[in-house]
Amino acid sequence: MKLSKILLSGAAICAATSAGAVDLEVMHWWTSGGEANAVSKLAEAWDATGNTWVDGAIAGGGDTARPIMVSRIIGGDPPAAFQFNHGRQAEELIDAGLLLDLTEVAEANNWKEIINPPSLLDACTIDGKIYCAPVNIHSWQWMWLSSAAYEKAGVPVPANWSEFMETAPKLQEAGITPLAMGGQSWQQNGAFGVMAVALGGVDAWTKVNEGKDAEAVMGPEYTKVFEAYGAAREMAKGLNVQDWNQATSAVIEGTAGAQIMGDWAQGEFALAGKVAGTDYECLPGLGETGVLSTGGDAFYFPVNSDADITAGQKELAALLVSPEVQVSFNSAKGSLPIRGDVDLTTVNECTQKGLDLLKDGKTIPDAASLLSPDTTTQLNDLLTEFWNTPAMTPAEVQQQYADIIASAD
Amino acid sequence: MTTTDIGPNTGPRETVRRPSRFLRNLSPKIAMLPLIFTACVVFLGGTLWTVLYSFTKSGLLPRLSWVGLDQYERLWSSRKWIVSIENLALYGICSLIGTLVIGFTLAALLDRKIRGEAVFRSIFLYPFALSFIVTGLVWQWILNPELGLQNVVREWGWTSFTFDPLNNPEIVMFGLLIAGLWQGTGLIMCIMLAGLRGIDEDIWKAARVDGIGTVKTYIRVIIPMMRPVFVTSLVLIAAGIVKLYDLVVAQTSGGPGISSEVPAKYVMTAMFGGQNLGQGFAASSMMLLMVVIILIPWAYLEFGGKKHG
Amino acid sequence: MADTGMLNAAAAVTQPLRGTLAAGPRGPKPKNKFSRSNIIIYGTLFVVALYYALPLYVMIVTSLKGLPEIRMGNIFAPPLEVTFQPWVKAWQEACTGINCDGLSRGFWNSVRILIPSVILSVAIASVNGYALSMWKFKGSEVFFTILMIGAFIPYQVMLYPIVILLREAGLYGSLTGLVLVHVAFGMPINTLLFRNYFASIPEELFKAARVDGAGFWAIFFKIILPMSLPICVVALIIQVTGIWNDFLFGVTYISSPDRYPMTVQLNNIVNSVQGVKEYNVNMAATLLTGLVPLVIYFASGKLFVRGIAAGAVKG
Repeated sequence: MKLSKILLSGAAICAATSAGAVDLEVMHWWTSGGEANAVSKLAEAWDATGNTWVDGAIAGGGDTARPIMVSRIIGGDPPAAFQFNHGRQAEELIDAGLLLDLTEVAEANNWKEIINPPSLLDACTIDGKIYCAPVNIHSWQWMWLSSAAYEKAGVPVPANWSEFMETAPKLQEAGITPLAMGGQSWQQNGAFGVMAVALGGVDAWTKVNEGKDAEAVMGPEYTKVFEAYGAAREMAKGLNVQDWNQATSAVIEGTAGAQIMGDWAQGEFALAGKVAGTDYECLPGLGETGVLSTGGDAFYFPVNSDADITAGQKELAALLVSPEVQVSFNSAKGSLPIRGDVDLTTVNECTQKGLDLLKDGKTIPDAASLLSPDTTTQLNDLLTEFWNTPAMTPAEVQQQYADIIASAD
Repeated sequence: MTTTDIGPNTGPRETVRRPSRFLRNLSPKIAMLPLIFTACVVFLGGTLWTVLYSFTKSGLLPRLSWVGLDQYERLWSSRKWIVSIENLALYGICSLIGTLVIGFTLAALLDRKIRGEAVFRSIFLYPFALSFIVTGLVWQWILNPELGLQNVVREWGWTSFTFDPLNNPEIVMFGLLIAGLWQGTGLIMCIMLAGLRGIDEDIWKAARVDGIGTVKTYIRVIIPMMRPVFVTSLVLIAAGIVKLYDLVVAQTSGGPGISSEVPAKYVMTAMFGGQNLGQGFAASSMMLLMVVIILIPWAYLEFGGKKHG
Repeated sequence: MADTGMLNAAAAVTQPLRGTLAAGPRGPKPKNKFSRSNIIIYGTLFVVALYYALPLYVMIVTSLKGLPEIRMGNIFAPPLEVTFQPWVKAWQEACTGINCDGLSRGFWNSVRILIPSVILSVAIASVNGYALSMWKFKGSEVFFTILMIGAFIPYQVMLYPIVILLREAGLYGSLTGLVLVHVAFGMPINTLLFRNYFASIPEELFKAARVDGAGFWAIFFKIILPMSLPICVVALIIQVTGIWNDFLFGVTYISSPDRYPMTVQLNNIVNSVQGVKEYNVNMAATLLTGLVPLVIYFASGKLFVRGIAAGAVKG
């Protein structure tokens, strides 16, 4: 077995070198300053192998980029590699046999053992075959709190959700909105997910998201979550912003107390020159449960009839997971590496909290790898309607949530 | 000599006199081939394809996996879709009337031999040229209570002034309308202005001789004469309304909650966000059905009665 | 003061043209410069012009500010410190992915897409309108009605069927394919414009030409085309605006990032989901992208108005 592995990897290297330099077009939606910088690390590493990275950046996130990628695949002229969130988004492309099987690369490079948490690789695996190369971990499970806002209100910065709710009236008295929430539905659904894990517990959350158990939605744990979500709705009144980063700015400026948002929000704090631990505090799992959800991005490789390109695709897949690229890329992007055996160059207090949780294995899969995009859209619509309709009660939204979960596949 | 002369000449003449129905006027038919191809293959073909796949459970990729009317049942049981239709009806009526009235009024004002017409015309037309991704953001700022108009008016001293259309579900569609009219009226104004320029000076003289007032002349005489201009404008505006999408995404992304959702956005979210092509196709088929219900009677009126204008 | 100066200058330029083109306003002559109706007219126009110009003002002012000043939040305040850096950045430094050469990267690609698309679509639409108004045949109006329904289909819905069509035709990913898509989607509105325009040409002219034995193409090129320059400008303006600002088709039907139009860069500068939004660069990029259609509006404003006038008189 060992020998065959060595032969295989040897063959992969031979194929790559004998094929000579190839141009690989890579499509992604990383276009903001920090993201573009991170992509350039990937491109540099790829170009250093003697190949050429042809950059196809399409901003606007998955909803803008995905139809373009799918069109390219349907049109029979796909890019060599493209970025998707790992999760259930690519299932159909795999079923239709349109994506390259990377099992060989994964075995040659021992992905099964080095990729941590293993759920990342599971999200790439269908019928025992591996179809994507994960590159980073992003987690939703964070709350960001403004030290300045709490100082102004004269209360200590809360260390968990119940303290947050207790101190919220004090903030309101000081003219501060306790909870900053953007107007877009994905933000409201995302925050609900964080609250469900933190307040309902991992068990109930898993039953609902993985088991699609509608009874669990109606159970006592989730009832608590819906009530807390209803209370949170009251805490968010008074700040009307659309984009998530506008909500983050309110926390940075101290006009809002806290925001529930993924770890990408930290980039905004960094750019505003704020320091973790003094200017702002972070609570993974709302300080209630210390778990990290592990979403993130992965690269997929459409099947290509050109053997040189196929060899190049496999070489690129191996490169993306390699330790050097993991360090340079994730340091630039502010995300966590997908392997536990590397150290990031600069780590602040909050990132360290995340790394510790990863190391301890306190992780859950990302909801996007369990629920189909269709279900997620329905939940987005429901929760945003609740969030903006004061007359809608937690009991009503709970019932409708259960209906959606019951019909989810 | 004479027989050979007649021979070659009569042949072609015969074919000219008695061509088959199809061959008569062959040139216009050849010239129309691109139109016929576009109408039949692209638009009709594409529409039939869409309707066909609306009966499937296509997700990320179009696949022929039949589910009957499931997508339509889900569509009509979705509150978001119902809200979308209601919003489109409200926005559509206001936008149609607003654009026509503003467009015509501006054109009429510009037609009063005023100075600086070119400057005014350019100011009114320029929003048409700019991408809505960013102009939507600017309107978001202007309508934002902390940043925009409300703040300015309050600084002037009117402290109880409240103007926050984008965050109030009751009036959010009017917030969109403010930006929509801003973008769309310029082109209509230009078309209207051009229509006014085409009207004979003698009409005005006659009206003045008869002692009819200016406003009355516009309403009684000028507007009826401009029927084709209004029809062209109507088609342009209506097509814009049905396809309303960018404006909503740039300003409210359908919010607050689902209170400013529109059908085209429902289609796009279903197709590309939810990766449920079947649902998106079902929604777009319903949209097209509504358009056809409105357009077919119009086509009868336009083509059925008189044959030539 | 500056305003009236500008107005006078504009009037001075347009005044001599008015006589030669005979396209000036035909409304009743106002008797007194300061009459009540004049005050109402100018007052209304100024108020409305404020509404139209306000967003442009905000955009220009924002594009000249630094980011810290924008964060202070007064969107109407003129910049404390004027900087042209956002404009420079938008044009030649902003990164889209790993390529940091701003909008300039796609400018010539956009021009390469724009020119053939506009020429072809105006040419085809003019022939369509001509045939539809003067050479009607059985079924021609049915095709026209189908085409008009096409004007109401959201583009995004047609994305995949067109990918399949182009793939079957062997044109997917090529410039030719993209140009044909632009021609197809511009056809409904432009055909409508030309059809209405040609319908207003006196029938006698057409009949006389036919009696003289002129055929379809001879009449088109010798009589109709010379008369239709103004309406061509109208169609040109609508098409230039639509094609220049198109993002979706350009990025979907062109299969190589090197050939993407400028709007892809604009989208990448403006539309990043995660990360800091550089509002000043966004505004500058949008204004820069809008320049090409704007220049065409200004340059052809006069013809624009005359063009539709001729077309819209009679149905």
